[in-house]
Amino acid sequence: MNVIEHGRGKPPLDPHLKALENEAIHIFREVAAEFERPVMLYSIGKDSSVLLHLALKAFHPGKLPFPLVHIDTGWKFPEMIAFRDQVVARHGLDLIAHTNPDGLRDNVTPFSHGSARYTDIMKTQALKQALDMGRYDAAFGGARRDEEASRAKERIYSFRTSDHAWDPRNQRPELWSIYNGMIHPGESVRAFPLSNWTEVDIWRYIQAEKIELVPLYFAERRKVLERDGMLIAAGDPRIALLPGEQVREEMVRFRTLGCIPLTGGVRSTATTLDEVIAELEIATVSERQGRAIDRDQAGSMEKKKREGYF
Amino acid sequence: MTAQTLSQSLLPGEDLLDIDPNPQTAGRQARPLRFITCGSVDDGKSTLIGRLLWDTKAVKEDQAAALRRDSTGKQNELGLPDFALLLDGLQAEREQGITIDVAYRYFATDRRSFIVADTPGHVQYTRNMATGASTADLAVLLVDARSGILEQTRRHATIAAMMGIRQFVLAVNKIDLSNYDEAGFQTIARAFREIALSLGVRQVTAIPVSALKGENIVMRGDELMPWYSGPTLVEVLEKATQRTGQTTGFRLPVQRVSRPGEGFRGYQGTVAGGSIKPGDSVVVLPSGVEANVKAIVTYDLVRNAAVHGDAITLVLDRPVDVARGDMIAAIDQRPMTGRAFTARLVALSPDGVVPGKRYWLKAGSRRQRVLLRPTSQLDLSTGNWDDANFLPVNGIGVVELDFEDVAVFDSYETNRDTGAFILIDPETLNTVAGGMIDGKRSKSGRFDALPDADRATVTLPARLLEAFLKTEFARAHAGEIKVTGPEEVEGE
Repeated sequence: MNVIEHGRGKPPLDPHLKALENEAIHIFREVAAEFERPVMLYSIGKDSSVLLHLALKAFHPGKLPFPLVHIDTGWKFPEMIAFRDQVVARHGLDLIAHTNPDGLRDNVTPFSHGSARYTDIMKTQALKQALDMGRYDAAFGGARRDEEASRAKERIYSFRTSDHAWDPRNQRPELWSIYNGMIHPGESVRAFPLSNWTEVDIWRYIQAEKIELVPLYFAERRKVLERDGMLIAAGDPRIALLPGEQVREEMVRFRTLGCIPLTGGVRSTATTLDEVIAELEIATVSERQGRAIDRDQAGSMEKKKREGYF
Repeated sequence: MTAQTLSQSLLPGEDLLDIDPNPQTAGRQARPLRFITCGSVDDGKSTLIGRLLWDTKAVKEDQAAALRRDSTGKQNELGLPDFALLLDGLQAEREQGITIDVAYRYFATDRRSFIVADTPGHVQYTRNMATGASTADLAVLLVDARSGILEQTRRHATIAAMMGIRQFVLAVNKIDLSNYDEAGFQTIARAFREIALSLGVRQVTAIPVSALKGENIVMRGDELMPWYSGPTLVEVLEKATQRTGQTTGFRLPVQRVSRPGEGFRGYQGTVAGGSIKPGDSVVVLPSGVEANVKAIVTYDLVRNAAVHGDAITLVLDRPVDVARGDMIAAIDQRPMTGRAFTARLVALSPDGVVPGKRYWLKAGSRRQRVLLRPTSQLDLSTGNWDDANFLPVNGIGVVELDFEDVAVFDSYETNRDTGAFILIDPETLNTVAGGMIDGKRSKSGRFDALPDADRATVTLPARLLEAFLKTEFARAHAGEIKVTGPEEVEGE
């Protein structure tokens, strides 16, 4: 068998990124070897793109020994879905897209139910359904500890009860790089190979490895409207203008990608990866600022995680 | 006395990695440095870490705004937010005002990036400190300049040394509240060096700091401390060394066997010691089968070498039986194999560690059944090892391990990756202890890390002998030293 070399002519990674890459590959292999039914959560965003790239590296020259699950709320940017389908085709991936049928039936939207309930039904509950249907005992996610305060104490193997609940007081100690993958039937772990990466690391790695991204990450003249201090993409007919709001065109890019009405863009002129990184290195606002769900209430992320959110 | 670093000499297996003068690749020229911070409740640890994040601009505006929102009236006199709120992420902690778990923080300077394991200082959280220390290359110990070394400081230093940390920074905090008293600082620094030396730690840097005012953390504090010309905390961190695992030969714990198609069979894992290149002879353990390396495969390239830390796929030149949990090792520098070992253990679970119970032991990718018997426990207040047959939670002890099948280890002292293990309770499946291999036991129960001829001989008068044998240093180096009384020497 001839082994393909994907990195011919590419300069080697700097030792910092190499160490992060090695750690992530180690985690991928360990989970794949110890669990019976692993799955990877794929959200199409930049962290997921890095996660997928690392997974391909970990199992090379073999294929991924697990499927991908995408939780589709029905409110993702059309560019995201198109990108997802391209990636799946290019790498021959096994992707399962899941939407909560109850939420679909009840026509649950961020407007009708509020962002908190919408997120619970269309993301948290949908995720639990997908994991239960596949009887997955381990799910890879792209969460990073630097994202948010309650994530700072997250383990690399995050233990979940049979209800998918996270109990911050009952997490297993994690020493060295020895991970305890033993669970009872029905229990599961969420595994986070990117735990020790920062936002800058993600961008530098994307640059060094030439990882393709959804174009929404780069600035472009886009139709936006301003709501609650956020610049929201306009154009989806389901987003009705409120009194006083108007659609205008601005140079905007997105630092994280989620559901259209809950994802705020930032004014930017960064149209290339170099420019995005340059902007980031002087940025004084963390990336989760664009996420409405984190601002619902204090300890918001911790609460969602206890309930089973990723 | 201003040169605060006692010894710059590198220990075996360490390498001064940073700052390549002619960088060939863009980006940072060193791996992230992992360190741990430890201090008592009121030493100002949260303020110190907050200060590091703040002065290296790792705190973003919206996070700072959320802080200001949360800490109504709790800003300090410099108008900075209450850093503790930035760090204590979980609601339970905010409510109780204490830190109850290990948190990981990230910051970077132009030269290097850092991962801080932020661990609580309360005595009952030894387990969290052990967890944070297990991956750290350096420990920052905090003391209050007005109260100096406490029993807690000694405990933290002992745990850090036992977990394999060989570089200490003593941050003498709140130096502003001691009127920048040089003599007081020197007294504390001297006392701490003695403790560190008794633990076998030679690389010690003491720094007078004010975390609140930001003096000698990232920025210098020359104006008020003209007598201090040593490095700032960040300067020490930037220059700290990292272990490279080169003191043992090649080690590859096999995580999985890759057989994607006809004719390819590769062994996937992370190099846990030494280095390897095609043509090298290796042995598969525990089976003992020998082979040569045919290729080192990665996604990017088929490589001509791999070193400690690299995640690789190894192809051998002949069909041999290799499974997950096996170790592929250098043929001429083999690890220890056997059924009986001695180890030090930190008990992490409320149930403690019980003699005669059959636990699961996981080391590298290998999981096997083990019976264990505690023989002594460390008294952290005296530093003595006392006889014991049970280890309560947070207890540190020496245990004898007996395996049903052959086990493969290096001593923790020579290789942190292949000398460490966790214990898993067979019923709850929780991780109940972390362990570090001291050496192999022979049938007679004699401790056996190095043959006698390779050990350093330490001769002590009888009155000191017993006390010395109970020290952490003697424990940590039990496999490398041979301790004798004066009579034996005379007789030789």
